[in-house]
Amino acid sequence: MRLYELTAHELKEKIERREVGVEQAVRALLDRIAEVDEAVRAYVTVAREQALAKARAADERLARGEPARPLEGVPVAIKDNMCTRGVETTCSSKILKGFVPPYDATVVELLERAGAIIVGKTNMDEFAMGSSTENSGFFPTRNPWDLGRVPGGSSGGSAAAVASDEAVAALGSDTGGSVRQPAALCGVVGLKPTYGLVSRYGLVAFASSLDQIGPITKDVRDGALVLGVIAGHDPRDSTSVPRKRCDYLKGLVPDVRGMRIGVPKEYFGEGMAPGVRAAVGAALKTLQDMGAILADVSLPHSEYALATYYIVAPAEASSNLARYDGVRYGYRAPGCPDSVTMMTQTRSEGFGAEVKRRIMLGTYTLSAGYYEAYYLKALKVRTLITRDFDRAFEKCDCLVSPTSPTVAFRFGEKMDDPLAMYLSDIYTVTANLAGIPAVSIPCGFGEDGMPVGLQILGKHYDEATVLRVAYAFEQATDFHKAKPVLRDAGAGGAAMGGAAARGAAASGDGSGEAGGGPTRKAAGGEADA
Amino acid sequence: MKITIADVDHVAMLARLRFDEDQKAGMAEQLSRIVEYVEKLNELDTGDVSPMAHAVPLRNVLRDDEVRPSLDPEEALRNAPDREGDFFRVPRILESE
Repeated sequence: MRLYELTAHELKEKIERREVGVEQAVRALLDRIAEVDEAVRAYVTVAREQALAKARAADERLARGEPARPLEGVPVAIKDNMCTRGVETTCSSKILKGFVPPYDATVVELLERAGAIIVGKTNMDEFAMGSSTENSGFFPTRNPWDLGRVPGGSSGGSAAAVASDEAVAALGSDTGGSVRQPAALCGVVGLKPTYGLVSRYGLVAFASSLDQIGPITKDVRDGALVLGVIAGHDPRDSTSVPRKRCDYLKGLVPDVRGMRIGVPKEYFGEGMAPGVRAAVGAALKTLQDMGAILADVSLPHSEYALATYYIVAPAEASSNLARYDGVRYGYRAPGCPDSVTMMTQTRSEGFGAEVKRRIMLGTYTLSAGYYEAYYLKALKVRTLITRDFDRAFEKCDCLVSPTSPTVAFRFGEKMDDPLAMYLSDIYTVTANLAGIPAVSIPCGFGEDGMPVGLQILGKHYDEATVLRVAYAFEQATDFHKAKPVLRDAGAGGAAMGGAAARGAAASGDGSGEAGGGPTRKAAGGEADA
Repeated sequence: MKITIADVDHVAMLARLRFDEDQKAGMAEQLSRIVEYVEKLNELDTGDVSPMAHAVPLRNVLRDDEVRPSLDPEEALRNAPDREGDFFRVPRILESE
């Protein structure tokens, strides 16, 4: 197996045993990016020199006999809405092009302190507004499983990077599903922690009462590992919750016997693709066979969640994005006679269509005369949605649902219809509204062999249960081991479909070369669907 | 609620955005569709429900008011589109409109 194919915990172990040097691991990863990113386009910025310098420093540290840290030498990608000192941070927006933050986000500090090497910044829907990464102000990212399809969004670059082995792990941000939905569409693991568990300091704000940073990883153990590093109270984020630190790895027990898993009927209604329904149905059967007790539950206000979200999130966004005025950083429209014209011109030229649409929507619903009818009403419904979860969790340890109603869709399919795009988030927005943790894990393949995600939702701060169920499912299946087979970089064609890829992954697992670059490419050519 | 082109003009002014004439009808139509969709919430009686502004019950997080290092002015100004000394420079503010 190639170095870049390892999980974070596997790579860290090899580095700890001095079988692999950090610089060697980082170089392998950078070479992988050079090989495939022309096709995938996961990265906005690759911080090659910084990463190599930090890798050499880590090697020196280890050579001095210092102990390996929890993520020692692990190459990590960061969504481009988290500030990285000295490395451009754009939110994939023209308005922030060229912005080089003078400080690190708390999560970046914590990752580096734990030994992780940040290799670059990943593409996203502009300001995290979107579900396909097509709203990037720069270029779309392609789904490694089929380069003709979207990777999901808004953390599409992070999910595609992990799925294509261009990052060993990544961070995304999740306001309405932006970690979980792309993770599902790219066949990787994506975790949205409880609101307040991970500091938002240095995360460019979209909707402050919903935003939460989470890991995107190759398996559940890595998700638990990264979460343990980034979780914790931060005095620089006033919504960060003071709690005792928790070792999420300890809770990973492959046993769900006797656990009560709720199946909310509202998440299995119309609008779900048959392939998704089949894969998720089979996953429920697997959990039941493993000894979990499935219980029918109802979250009666689910049908109002998307409407609530599309009032709350744009309202908060319209306020947060008022700071892009061309005064202190970012783009400024040239040649304007006065400041109001300059600000209006700067924002009109700097923001893309979806960002403007949401600023308009949020400004409208917050404007005089409408605040009570829309925003206040939505906050009340938010209470009702949260109460639904409280009631369900009285009877259940966790809940399960599909992550997304469909597999990854084709480019352009939903770009002309904002509402159709918003429906991609129908199963994920509720966790943000209620502030609860939820993870998406690979659970099979649906239409055209594209990956399907299973969402597991838990009680506030009960990441341990969510991760335990996810881990147990993962141990009983090998969907997470399946890897897409990328065709020649730049070809722009389809990647190999699911069935063949599953076979390749199964034979490649632990057998040295079988999953490697050239052989995978060759294998990819024959099964072009 | 149907959003008119006049609404688009008013909200755009509040948001400091400008749309070309040929974009306004499209924006009004898209916003109308979204607003119509979110008006679904009116089906619910929320008379005795309190609004939820935060996902976790935290209030008034305070810290001691002590002098601590903060961002260096040079660092803070590094991304400025235009500056004069230690100030951000902008086009004139009065006499606008």
